[in-house]
Amino acid sequence: MPSTEKNKAKNRVAITGMGIISAIGNTLEDNRTSLLSSTSGIGDLTHIHSKQAAHIKVGEVKLTNDELTTQLQLPKDTNFTRTALLGLMASKEAIKNATIKDMNEVRTGFISATTVGGMDKTEVHFKEFRTQSETQKYISSHHAGDSTQKIADALGVTDFVTTISTACSSSANAIMLGARLIKAGTLDRVIVGGTDALSKFTINGFKTLMILSDERCAPFDADRKGLNLGESAAYLVLESNDMALKNNKKVLAYLSGYGNANDAFHQTASSDTGEGAYLAMLKALKFANLDASQIDYVNAHGTATPNNDLSESVAIQRVFGEKVPDFSSTKVFTGHTLAAAGAVEAVFCILGLQEQIVFPNLNFKTRIPEIGLEPVTTLKQKKIQHILSNSFGFGGNCSSLIFSKP
Amino acid sequence: MTSVYIHSAVSISAQNTFESDAWISQLTSNSDKKAKAIHPDYKDYISSLALRRMATGVKMGVTAATKALKNAEISEPDAILTGTGMGCIEDTEKFLNNIIANDEEFLTPTAFIQSTHNTVGAQIALGLNCKMYNNTYVHGALSFESALMDAQLLIQQSEAKNVLVGGIDELGAEFVDSVRMLEDQNSHGIKVPIGEGATFFVMSSEAKENAIELLDIQSFSQLKKEEVAKTLNDFLMENNLNHSDIDALVLGNNGDGFDDFYGTLSSEFSPHITSITYKKYIGEYFTASAFALFWGFKILSSQHIPEVLLQHKISKSSIKTILLYNQFKGRDHSFILLKSC
Repeated sequence: MPSTEKNKAKNRVAITGMGIISAIGNTLEDNRTSLLSSTSGIGDLTHIHSKQAAHIKVGEVKLTNDELTTQLQLPKDTNFTRTALLGLMASKEAIKNATIKDMNEVRTGFISATTVGGMDKTEVHFKEFRTQSETQKYISSHHAGDSTQKIADALGVTDFVTTISTACSSSANAIMLGARLIKAGTLDRVIVGGTDALSKFTINGFKTLMILSDERCAPFDADRKGLNLGESAAYLVLESNDMALKNNKKVLAYLSGYGNANDAFHQTASSDTGEGAYLAMLKALKFANLDASQIDYVNAHGTATPNNDLSESVAIQRVFGEKVPDFSSTKVFTGHTLAAAGAVEAVFCILGLQEQIVFPNLNFKTRIPEIGLEPVTTLKQKKIQHILSNSFGFGGNCSSLIFSKP
Repeated sequence: MTSVYIHSAVSISAQNTFESDAWISQLTSNSDKKAKAIHPDYKDYISSLALRRMATGVKMGVTAATKALKNAEISEPDAILTGTGMGCIEDTEKFLNNIIANDEEFLTPTAFIQSTHNTVGAQIALGLNCKMYNNTYVHGALSFESALMDAQLLIQQSEAKNVLVGGIDELGAEFVDSVRMLEDQNSHGIKVPIGEGATFFVMSSEAKENAIELLDIQSFSQLKKEEVAKTLNDFLMENNLNHSDIDALVLGNNGDGFDDFYGTLSSEFSPHITSITYKKYIGEYFTASAFALFWGFKILSSQHIPEVLLQHKISKSSIKTILLYNQFKGRDHSFILLKSC
């Protein structure tokens, strides 16, 4: 059975490429530079006309749709939504980074995650679809699978392609499914990640929940006011370790553990005990066959909402006890990029392993009194072998991933 | 490798499929533009307090899931997997219309909260207090198939014993009319109604008496018509089957210009093979293919297909192996093999 230790080692999941576009850069190297200089990408909303603009801060990708369309060499009249444009940018970089020349030389899949899908166009044209023919190209681009199909077609992936949507844990689940398909031998190689564009729909949705901050977010701070939404796309290339080694591929990191659990507490709120988060972290540790003490850094979900950060802190304390490892939330750099967050933070974890650096939880001042935990607040150089990354979403969907240095 | 069995199958659809098996002899083609589901009395399954806030898809999904678990005598599954193409389009439209009508003011969160694609999977988990693996697939016409593949993977890799898996789509009130309009403008557009429904299954590693086995499932994002025959052949060979072992086909014809994919596939079999289509009864929607699995399961369990539905009399003494094939607009192809044990 694949669950035996021997097979686990044999079927290790190697990460051989990554790509990202976010508020702190249009490329992987730009993102690395911003992280290493502690430069946040949170600012004002400029691409969307919204009444909320004056009351929120967001993590916008700096390029406009026209600029993305030109860079991607797509026709001017394309019906690529912003979600698809961002996704294609990041996935193309991941493939280049993994030096994939022929997509179909081995059985390759593509698994993407999104929450908004084509909403950025639907919300503009919804009332025009019936009467204005030039808007009708955005009817078929609304559903969540559309951006995935467009990206897969552009990359030349024709075989297994799917889309996951479990709110803010979506791309962590996309990474997990990819790993499971590699371990089962169903796929030799899979591109996994997620993409979400900012939209009026999500901005107003989070606004009604009263969890948006009008300042730059301050995860794990006692006086945190809420989250900043962001937009982003990020993808990893996963391969079976055997194949990566056989082809002399450079292994960036290993995905050594993963866990998915449900909080089963409330549609949008996390439980006081952080049960779902706790179970997801435990499952990931067990799968990786690691003791909690072997985790050198936790990349927290850390949205900076009062509810998440308290619940996640409790869960972290339950898993790690007295010895909570270094932890931080990198959402202070990118904003909360929803379905893309798990993949964005996977890329940051791998950059952290490469640089042997913990990226800081900017804007933190005061410990949450009932918890007493303090995140890493300045760049911290240290020996890092294993990183645990959390992603939790509406619907109680909690997922944890563990990345290990080769 | 562990075999994957189907222990129960429950469907809410535009036919009277939920209450009993009598629907099979009462099937009526639907020539309307849209086909609403025949709704059971949800109060039998969901508290009236919870019901008031639930959109159609959530009601259908939670109810079909509850009955599927009951029929399989499972109180808590090891995983909950859902697939939905359009997600919670009712609440999505509601929240979007409020944003537009009130120019981003005076909004309340309920519709937004329930608009996320994983609402049905979350509500099922919440109702069962089930903290296990939970995932939602939203990939157009492969949404349900992706969930089913995950169920197969969980069971084959011994990660789970009993898995709840389902496909849900609701019509909604407005977006669907734009979709319908585009189809009607196109002479090669979809001819069957646009439908809705929820179809749930309990999959298991346990072989019960008279169990139906999910032999295999494969999906392809892109497949050219000339590749269908070889893909089919490879799929059958991987499962140690010949074309002549297939006793019946369940096909996803919807009357559009891509129906010839089904013709291409059928032509690989004997002209006398038993072949049924279902979208003229329940309509086309992204997770309509879950109904094909439901019907396939019922055929294998009951060994009954009404003669009026068949072009040819069933030539074989029994139906043991069924192939399901679906595609949407020439892409998102899925092949599923079912077998009675």
